[in-house]
Amino acid sequence: MRVTVRLFARLRDIAGAGELARELAPGATIGDLWRQLAGEFPALGPYERSISSAVNADYARMDHVLRTGDEVAFLPPVSGG
Amino acid sequence: MTLPLLRIGPEPLALEPLAAALAGSGGTDPGAEGAVVTFLGLVRNHNAGRSVRYLEYEAYEPLAIRAFERIVAEIGERWPGARIALHHRVGRLEIGEASVAIAARSAHRGDAYASCRYAIERVKQIAPIWKREFFDGGDVWIEGATADPADERARAEAERVACV
Repeated sequence: MRVTVRLFARLRDIAGAGELARELAPGATIGDLWRQLAGEFPALGPYERSISSAVNADYARMDHVLRTGDEVAFLPPVSGG
Repeated sequence: MTLPLLRIGPEPLALEPLAAALAGSGGTDPGAEGAVVTFLGLVRNHNAGRSVRYLEYEAYEPLAIRAFERIVAEIGERWPGARIALHHRVGRLEIGEASVAIAARSAHRGDAYASCRYAIERVKQIAPIWKREFFDGGDVWIEGATADPADERARAEAERVACV
């Protein structure tokens, strides 16, 4: 299944793109997608414990099971205000 | 045209129109509201010992609006009757420009102060917004809190700060 990945701030800089398309096996979770990306972009690895994630613009946990067409966002620690 | 109460975008911020939009947005009885408190967050020329030249803000806008809606709902639970308007700016901001504007109204000043303070604390905790600091000698993404709306300890801390 195909999902869209959105990356922000430093994560976007590391990957060199703010939006990526990725193929995943059926039943894959947000965590599976993250580990795939961290394999591609090793500099993402240190963010494992500090990122947040969202699916279709709603916060979601790493064990959330994805569906085809989902937009999955990875968010480094926030700094608004 | 009236301003939306929750907004994220590149438009410059101003308190008076924000407070007016909140006043005109019809709480159950605007005439019963005896206090309005406003907050404006500004780009500072120094941070962590660095001379800041300017900031660039970016956001995941649809999720940021949902985070703002969540903050509104939390305030409604904690301070019934208090209402807020909240705007955050994105893009390049110069020193002294406003990055965030909040207005809070309630029957009495205590709840207006508390809900205004709570709103900015929660923005810093859970809104998917990031600032990149350009300073003399380089630039750096500022990374603060791991955003987790379900983190009750963070919420309790925001409430504690709001009520001192």
